[in-house]
Amino acid sequence: MSEKVLMRGTHVVAEAAVRAGCRFYAGYPITPQNELPEYMSDAMARLEDGTFIQAESELAAINMVIGASIAGARAMTSSSSPGISLKQEGFSFLAAQELPAVIVNIMRGSPGLGNIAPSQGDYFQATRGGGHGDYRSIVLAPASGQEMADLTRKAFDYADRYRIPVMILADGMMGQMMEPVLLPESIDPRKLPPKPWILNGAKGRPSRVIKSLLLDPSVEEAHNWKLVRKHEMIGREISDAETDLMDDARIAVIAYGTAARIAKGAIKRVRETGLKVGLLRPVTLWPFPEKVFRGLDESVENFLVFEMSTGQMLEDVKLSLAGRGEVHFYGRPGGPIPTPDEVAKVISRLYHRQKL
Amino acid sequence: MAKLVFKRPKTLKQVISHYCPGCGHGIIHRLIAEVIEDLDIGEKTIGVPPAGCAVLAYNYIDVDMAEAAHGRATAVATGIKRILPDRIVFAYQGDGDMAAIGTAETIHAANRGENITCIFVNNGVYGMTGGQMAPTTILGQLSTTTPGGRDMARDGGPLDLSEMLALTSGSVYIERTAVNSPKNVRRTKKAIAKAFKSQMANRGFSLVEILSPCPTNWKMSPVDSHRWIDKVAASVFPLRVIKDKTEES
Amino acid sequence: MLKKTVFAGFGGQGVLMMGYVLAFSAMRDGLQVTYLPSYGAEVRGGTANCTVVVSDEEIASPVSSSPDFAVVLNRPSMMKYQGVMTSGGIMILNSSLVDVDPSRKDLDVVKVPANDIAAELGSDRTLNMIMLGAFVAKTGISSVDSVMNGLGEIVKGKNARIMELNRKGLERGAAYALREQKVSR
Repeated sequence: MSEKVLMRGTHVVAEAAVRAGCRFYAGYPITPQNELPEYMSDAMARLEDGTFIQAESELAAINMVIGASIAGARAMTSSSSPGISLKQEGFSFLAAQELPAVIVNIMRGSPGLGNIAPSQGDYFQATRGGGHGDYRSIVLAPASGQEMADLTRKAFDYADRYRIPVMILADGMMGQMMEPVLLPESIDPRKLPPKPWILNGAKGRPSRVIKSLLLDPSVEEAHNWKLVRKHEMIGREISDAETDLMDDARIAVIAYGTAARIAKGAIKRVRETGLKVGLLRPVTLWPFPEKVFRGLDESVENFLVFEMSTGQMLEDVKLSLAGRGEVHFYGRPGGPIPTPDEVAKVISRLYHRQKL
Repeated sequence: MAKLVFKRPKTLKQVISHYCPGCGHGIIHRLIAEVIEDLDIGEKTIGVPPAGCAVLAYNYIDVDMAEAAHGRATAVATGIKRILPDRIVFAYQGDGDMAAIGTAETIHAANRGENITCIFVNNGVYGMTGGQMAPTTILGQLSTTTPGGRDMARDGGPLDLSEMLALTSGSVYIERTAVNSPKNVRRTKKAIAKAFKSQMANRGFSLVEILSPCPTNWKMSPVDSHRWIDKVAASVFPLRVIKDKTEES
Repeated sequence: MLKKTVFAGFGGQGVLMMGYVLAFSAMRDGLQVTYLPSYGAEVRGGTANCTVVVSDEEIASPVSSSPDFAVVLNRPSMMKYQGVMTSGGIMILNSSLVDVDPSRKDLDVVKVPANDIAAELGSDRTLNMIMLGAFVAKTGISSVDSVMNGLGEIVKGKNARIMELNRKGLERGAAYALREQKVSR
């Protein structure tokens, strides 16, 4: 095992993808994630079996990924908020045709063109499937350089295991920031389990069709329920959250990704003043780690959801708590990066207002 | 002893067709199946039919098939071909698909010189959705969205996509044919065979545009449809080899 | 210990490299680090800055609203960061290019005529290493040796003459900062 490297988040994801056996990347330039395709263009050129395509559009890129996935490759695309909107059609087709693929969203201030600052405004879009239709996609939310690497590996494994699109949902700060990272070992894609469903020419077997047009409503209904059963299995098997300092906590701060880091800094500050506050950080945004919420000690009655948005994960938290306790919210949408001091003040005020 | 003059190619499944009477898709499917069989590439061919009447091509042509979203066939075909460069990959697209919603994907696949083959079925209307104006609808032609006929000032003129594609540096072979007469059907088969062979020789992007009748949406008899292709459609979209660099190294 | 440093100047002055070398060297010293460059449209405007956080425990935010230290290579950067620095913070100032003093009186300012020293060494490209040398000597956040080792690892394969120049730059900067400190006391 080698030493830690100091790499920016986008490069970490790219290198981790290559090491996970990703051999196909297609994308279209958009800030703040351009370093990811730039890295991939070089990395793929160094591999005998690697393909990099700078596509003519986000739409073309996701459809190229669909093609590569159909042909059996581990394939990835990446973009940032406005570009992700353009890829939504492809997410729906990936889900419908049960194709594995990894999509990276380095979120920026939105809606519309917005700006290039870090933001968490795409939570709904990501966790409700991503495109049209009745389905879900796996959504992973890294909060450190190391998780950018580790969750990228997991994303490819989950995608293949469940034949489902997996999104890595990060933001401009996670993408641009450099942190020490221990990169995972490389996998030889030829040694991955064979995929018996791919299209590679009907040699010595009946021809196959990969499609999503199911004109008979009863067939489409059955397919929808089949996807639901898969979703339920995924929910049981991979939902994940980190809890920190929750043992004696009177307030649980709930945040993911960049916001969770800032919350951690804030909690450290308020703990120094004697306030009992802990952190619950969902790592899988879909499936949402409901079990962790249900397992919280009865003594926690106040929940502060903190997001760099106007409140989207907030809804999942309320659903998971099912009416229990009081749920509060603090949000900073549109790109400004809140400071730990600022969030510490919010926690303190809440703590005293609730007379804890 | 009787001489066998016609048989169904094995690559064409023995099923009842869903296409309208007089539709050109059935003929074109058979030609593709015959070419696949003649070249003995059935075990290594992958087809990509996107949304449109021909999305169900996989019900008829017995090779691996990947359905694509409307307009995205060349992008999906690109992904497949880049991972499996020794397979034969073809897209089967209508005019609305290829020349309207998929223009960008088509032009850029051609420009990159993707080593794939496009079968571009031009019947001048959106068939599956019920006969709306297509990018290839001829001036004055009636459709459900041009009830007074296609009007230059309002709708623009028919798009010469094949001529545009010929301008790209990555395209090697582009021919426009028709399937409205035995002679034209034979020419179309030759063109499809040439495009597939060009791909097998790793030449680059090849495309056969086929003027094909849609009697249902043209509101004509099949016979009149065939005549209309000769008299009207082929005067706007002349049948010819538009580009051929297959012999160049 | 948690220290946040901003490096700022014109594009082309080696600002981002300076921050990267510090972050890399601190990582090799076994510390927690984050490095956050400014990016996007702002970068193309001709200014460059990055924030390096060094700590002995987990780092929450890589962003700094009130840096402890600033290494500023030009006047706009001095104007921008003097107002937000924490009280008692250390500013290493390139006095070759910045001919005015910060108006804040609660900052510890070390003026290093980095362009002049670089000219003496015969290479403008040592500018950032001179400033970095002064910075580590003054703050003690890392050492000239650590930074030199770090730099050696980062620019593996660079020729010996350039490495020697960089080493000289680091040492001259460090020596200058230490001498200044003695004088001021």
